[in-house]
Amino acid sequence: MWTLGLLRNELGTTLRRWRTLALLGVLAAVPVLVGIAIRIETSDGSSAGGGGGEGPAFIAQITNNGLFLVFTALAATLPFFLPMAVGVVAGDAIAGEANAGTLRYLLVAPAGRTRLLLTKYATTLAFCLVATLVVAASALVVGALLFPLGELTTISGTRISFGEGLLRALLIALVVAASLIGVAALGLFVSTLTNSGIAAMATTVGLLITVQILDQIPQLHALQPYFFSHYWLSFADLMRDPVYWDDLVRNLGLQALYAAVFGSAAWARFTAKDITA
Amino acid sequence: MAPYESDDSTTGDEADDMRAGRRKATRYVVPVAVVGLAAATIGLVPAFAGSGDPDLPEVSAQQLIEKIAASDVQQLSGTVKISTDLGLPDLGGLENSLGGAAAGGRGGSGSSADPSSKLLELASGTHTLRVASDGEDKQKLSLLDKAAEYSVIHNGDEVWAYDSASNEVYHTDEAASGSADSSGKGSGDGPKDRSKDLPATPKDLAEEALKAADGTTSVTVDGTAQVAGRDAYKLLIKPKQSGSTVGAISVAVDAKTGLPLKFTLTPASGGAAVVDAGFTEVSFSKPAASTFDFEPPKGAKVTEGDEPAARDHADKGDKGGKSGKGLPGGTEGPGEEFQGLNVIGEGWNSIARFDTGGEGLPTQEAGGDAGRFLESLGDQVSGRFGSGTVFSTRLVNALITDDGKVYAGAVTKDALVKAANEAK
Repeated sequence: MWTLGLLRNELGTTLRRWRTLALLGVLAAVPVLVGIAIRIETSDGSSAGGGGGEGPAFIAQITNNGLFLVFTALAATLPFFLPMAVGVVAGDAIAGEANAGTLRYLLVAPAGRTRLLLTKYATTLAFCLVATLVVAASALVVGALLFPLGELTTISGTRISFGEGLLRALLIALVVAASLIGVAALGLFVSTLTNSGIAAMATTVGLLITVQILDQIPQLHALQPYFFSHYWLSFADLMRDPVYWDDLVRNLGLQALYAAVFGSAAWARFTAKDITA
Repeated sequence: MAPYESDDSTTGDEADDMRAGRRKATRYVVPVAVVGLAAATIGLVPAFAGSGDPDLPEVSAQQLIEKIAASDVQQLSGTVKISTDLGLPDLGGLENSLGGAAAGGRGGSGSSADPSSKLLELASGTHTLRVASDGEDKQKLSLLDKAAEYSVIHNGDEVWAYDSASNEVYHTDEAASGSADSSGKGSGDGPKDRSKDLPATPKDLAEEALKAADGTTSVTVDGTAQVAGRDAYKLLIKPKQSGSTVGAISVAVDAKTGLPLKFTLTPASGGAAVVDAGFTEVSFSKPAASTFDFEPPKGAKVTEGDEPAARDHADKGDKGGKSGKGLPGGTEGPGEEFQGLNVIGEGWNSIARFDTGGEGLPTQEAGGDAGRFLESLGDQVSGRFGSGTVFSTRLVNALITDDGKVYAGAVTKDALVKAANEAK
């Protein structure tokens, strides 16, 4: 019960921080910008993305169905905005407390380091979910305001009802949130290595960018399936009919592996660390 | 773990320090063990999954070929993985524009949903396809792209092609175009014929290979294998003559239904397979009826395949499709519509010869950069026929002579030069 109290406390502190609110605000603004841009671009009747299939996934369908704005917004934010926000929160988790000199007070409470670490990780994961849902919800509202809604065509060419489309949108949001598990674990591990919150955030975001660049280099294709970002866009497979599960399963397995490796590394580091601040 | 156990390293006692240090280090065993376990799982699972060929009653090669011929699978759905490695340079974006050119100009009147513009994509790299079939009237073939999909749907009289990336639709109605079909030109109308022309599934590929099975071919049964979770016989097809670039073709045939499940073509020069197409997942139950229902999404750009202008470019695209077919099939000349087409030789060593009527390749002086680029891709050869350029892939070689003759086939470079010399 005490753990739940700690978790609630942590959640409250994290989500009430100005920094977190600003991050969520930026994330919520992305679908608004995308939606307005498409609305203006297509006001003369032309199709979005130049009609040649360029731009983020699903962008060509938005004008016909606002629900597609949810998918486009997630596809646009997943490569960078979302993991960056998660990297900031995760990097700050331990190092930020150490930086502010509050870490030892947290440890004075009889909760134990392992439990504190788990609480911090759970808070970061909760933020992953909240951030994704903020993007999805904002995109849904903007999509509904600017574009028509209704039955939609899957990318396989079959039709599904709007209700099922909404269900799939929710599922996609959950998968996108789960795609961030690996970055969150990585950020938490980095956070245990240093006493400077800024250094931990910068390192995490730097790693994120590095991995994204390496994922584009064809010579490294043997390694790429093990990069945490490699299967991120597989969430689009949920819009096939029938759903193509292979890459989705691989993505979730990879995230679980990253969580296990870097979670346990963070534990090994944090429980053995001298806390001086 | 107790929270403070390692904090006592400040006691100053040497032995305690050592012990605490070791205890700290042992914690890192956990992440290392997790990595090791994952690596072992990734490394060993495929090794175990591949072992244990199924025990099946013996069959002769003849029986197996008859089984394939008698195979009448009407209802099927599955996922096909197709890898092609022709040894072509990776053209990237250029490949797209070539595909567009084959469709009569993608940027112009062409639609990116036109099936012929998608054909070239299959000529290199690894692709995932989905196939579904319910009787003769309902078929669907989808090419899975990153966050997009390209589908050709045949339902009754109607054929739809849908490109989700650009939200474009291509449509033909067979009832309307049927008369053109029966006029016997045989050039194939609409995407349905072309989607059939495209030997994407292992069955199509196997049929192409068996067409060539005559006196020049050895066909044997080469044990059994498991493909997509089903027991299968392996049929090995090998050219008897030398001079062919085809090393061997292996076809895995489903033991129950006789449906070819996997097709592998290895080149005579060795190395990785040139074409490797196989089901990774297959089911013989009836696919959902909604799979074949298609209605263009609101706002999608629909190109009708029956308009005269569109027909014109569809025909042009068809030639692109035919020559695209020659590559993966490996045993056919590039289309029969070319004028002055002759086939030299027989079986695996047959060489298609045709006269472009042109001047051959643009030379450096005449062609400028384009000429230089083309020359850099080929090898210069000369012989009694004159001189020309050989373009090589790992499977198909083509000789374009300076006087505009083209010799092409799944044969070695020397065989092409020999044929050109003899034809002179």
